[in-house]
Amino acid sequence: MELINLGIKAVFIENMVLAYFLGMCSFLAVSKKVSTATGLGVAVVFVLTITVPMNWALQEYVLNEGALSWAGEQFASIDLSFLRFIMFIAIIAAMVQLVEMVIEKASPALYGTLGIFLPLIAVNCAILGSSLFMVQRDYTFVEATVFGFSSGVGWLLAIVALAAIRERLKYSNVPDGLKGLGITFLITGLMGIAFLSFVGIAI
Amino acid sequence: MSTEVSEKPVVKKKEAEGLLSKRRKKLVSDPLNDDNPVTVQILGICSALAVTTQVKPTMIMAISVVAVVAFSNLVISLMRNLIPGRVRIIVQLAVVATLVTIVDQLLKAYFYDVWKVLSVFVGLIITNCIVMGRLEAYAMANKPYDSVLDGLGSGFGYSWVILAVAFFRELLGSASIFGFKVFDAIGIHNFPTNGLMVSPVGAFIILGLIVWVQRARTGYVER
Repeated sequence: MELINLGIKAVFIENMVLAYFLGMCSFLAVSKKVSTATGLGVAVVFVLTITVPMNWALQEYVLNEGALSWAGEQFASIDLSFLRFIMFIAIIAAMVQLVEMVIEKASPALYGTLGIFLPLIAVNCAILGSSLFMVQRDYTFVEATVFGFSSGVGWLLAIVALAAIRERLKYSNVPDGLKGLGITFLITGLMGIAFLSFVGIAI
Repeated sequence: MSTEVSEKPVVKKKEAEGLLSKRRKKLVSDPLNDDNPVTVQILGICSALAVTTQVKPTMIMAISVVAVVAFSNLVISLMRNLIPGRVRIIVQLAVVATLVTIVDQLLKAYFYDVWKVLSVFVGLIITNCIVMGRLEAYAMANKPYDSVLDGLGSGFGYSWVILAVAFFRELLGSASIFGFKVFDAIGIHNFPTNGLMVSPVGAFIILGLIVWVQRARTGYVER
């Protein structure tokens, strides 16, 4: 039950895009069409579900103070947490490569849809951000997996919704200076207000 | 007086081109307005919005980003002939991550309260598209000194936008600037603060309006 709550919270209340502004760059750049937005969104869900637990294990067994004690007594006092950023980003970049290769081998059709988006994901702040939040909030392994998956779903939801709105926006008469980026920001703001209403959900 | 043709790869030869020649000034000034990383190129928005509820943490964030962009541009530019094309993204990420780690440790040591506020967003400078974008687009192909100027330009372009957003958000959301109660000081005690400005929504709306004002002035229309 707690896991479901955690999932709902990560999708709606603490939405990666609308509450923390993570992954905004690709969120704004790739949200012109629903189909591409869905492709990128699915890729993000996929990578997040894999990297957050991976980074959890890394944090727990290598980086934390005393985490290396499984390797022997003399390592018990080592604190490597200052290496967190560099290790996390390395894991993410490596996992993205790996996922790309696996998908290419296992399912060429899926690769055709996701392929071009995967390299973009390595530098998507939502991925690194989720891992850092996971550390900050002291999740357990299962919680970290659920959190990774559902923040991905939240991101997917937001980008598909925005893309759908932007597709319709083509037919409306927007002031010249506000076309494109400006109106997109305002719409994202309005979407944020809509998501604010989820805050009341008792969890 | 400068003749760019006779430039040699030696940085010392400054007589060939003034230390702040017109071209180099343009490197710094272009990203401030016409080619602004945030409002025109749509880069680095992730952190531009998240940290801007108050001016002080925003200032620290801006300084950190300027430092990281300038130094990573320098390092990558120095290494540009050594990096094999296939692994360049990993190398760039490693350099940026190292610099961000240094910044993070410095902030933790000297500005602990601000570091607490910024929390994960210092780490997210690594994935700030401005940094990667400048490395990819400029530092990989240009000399160190020019690259530093380019990095400074982009950094300042980013800084003024996030400072402007933070200024309005703190003014309207908390009725203060740098924690100083502006409206109390000029005698307006019942200034209604706007809760929307403190929430993420305010940042989107302010940034949207800034983009609008800027584009209305430059006459740029996105199709």
